[in-house]
Amino acid sequence: MSLYTGIFKRDLHIAFKQKAELVQPLMFLLMVVTLFPLGVSPAPETLQRIGPGVIWIAAILSSLLAMERLFRDDFNDGALEQYMLSGMALPAISAVKVAVHWLVSFVPLLVLSPLLAMFLNLTYDMYIALMLTLLLGSPLLSLVGAIAVGLTVGLQKGGVLLALLLIPVFIPLLIFATSAVDSAALQLPYQSQLAIIAAMLLLAAALAPFAIAYSLRVSQN
Amino acid sequence: MLEACSVTCSKRDRVLFENLSLGVKAGDLLYLRGPNGAGKTSLLRILTGLSVPDTGSVKFAGQDIKAYPSEYYQQLLYLGHKSGTNGSLSALDNLQFWLAQHGVQNNQDRLYEVLAKVGLVGLEDVPVRFLSAGQQRRVALARLWLKRAQVWILDEPFTALDVKGVAMLENAMKVHVESGGVVITTSHQMLSNEAGEHRVFDLEYRF
Repeated sequence: MSLYTGIFKRDLHIAFKQKAELVQPLMFLLMVVTLFPLGVSPAPETLQRIGPGVIWIAAILSSLLAMERLFRDDFNDGALEQYMLSGMALPAISAVKVAVHWLVSFVPLLVLSPLLAMFLNLTYDMYIALMLTLLLGSPLLSLVGAIAVGLTVGLQKGGVLLALLLIPVFIPLLIFATSAVDSAALQLPYQSQLAIIAAMLLLAAALAPFAIAYSLRVSQN
Repeated sequence: MLEACSVTCSKRDRVLFENLSLGVKAGDLLYLRGPNGAGKTSLLRILTGLSVPDTGSVKFAGQDIKAYPSEYYQQLLYLGHKSGTNGSLSALDNLQFWLAQHGVQNNQDRLYEVLAKVGLVGLEDVPVRFLSAGQQRRVALARLWLKRAQVWILDEPFTALDVKGVAMLENAMKVHVESGGVVITTSHQMLSNEAGEHRVFDLEYRF
């Protein structure tokens, strides 16, 4: 167990040494969201209607920017080889790395979300629903994204390919998440959408670490 | 102790080697030689288990390394082309995290001692990417003195090292082999007498 906390500490340590890489996707998200009132219409009703979708799309796009750093450095400098030869279970290592990635790239987004909700004139109920969908959906982004990162890490210029692979996979999540917030706007119950997202999250949490480990092994070959 | 049983490896439709068998026992220093592209790195990666051979298997102490990986990895130290050190961490942090991953008891005094031995006094806290190529290599090599492993697999360990560094590494190999360890290494320059007795294994370039 202490072996894995070692990796946890190492990754956090590195993340905070590379602050620019942490802040950039967040700034990107903030800017995309601020462009909408300027580009579409600053009318509060319009913003409220498109708001949930805008925030979710911006979150997915900005997560793609941050996704690559999950394994890129470790692959390029050989740390991944050393992990594989350490005798630790690779799925567990992958799970730890994904957890750190979620902590440093999505928790700041959750903290920022009240501000975004205010920009787009979301009601309190909508904001709560948005927060819940982000809370359940963002670990899912990290877990599923990591599989694709593992597959593309050995390729030069894997960035665009990563986006092409992942965006279609994230469509169901986007649909359920925005539909939950829309239901909240109409004062309707939205537990069913949350339950579906939670089910997807549980499935990913159970299976993704093994898929990530396998994809990393394939990349080493 | 470590043996490859008729392994075959092909890359991009070119067979690098076919039905190659190779064994090393305690006290062996095996020096793998061959032109660029002959498959030296591929062979070493197969021996570590990082790559899977097309056919054949690798055995450590008579057991397939795929079936009993943790026994093997406890006794293995691999240094590849990539140093495995993170550029934004210091030498000290890099080694400490590496030791923790490999389950080696962390001893601060020992760590400083080894860093002094490889000539990194005063550079312990500098992020590794600010060090020269040779110094970065030395950070990676410091592991040889920190983890007690029987099998050393070193891919081009002399790259970027100065004359003194080469002598130090050759001496380390000799000491390791004399104490019953195994070293498998590749290099484009011949090993000098400093490294002690060694066996040469030639890999041919195949078309």
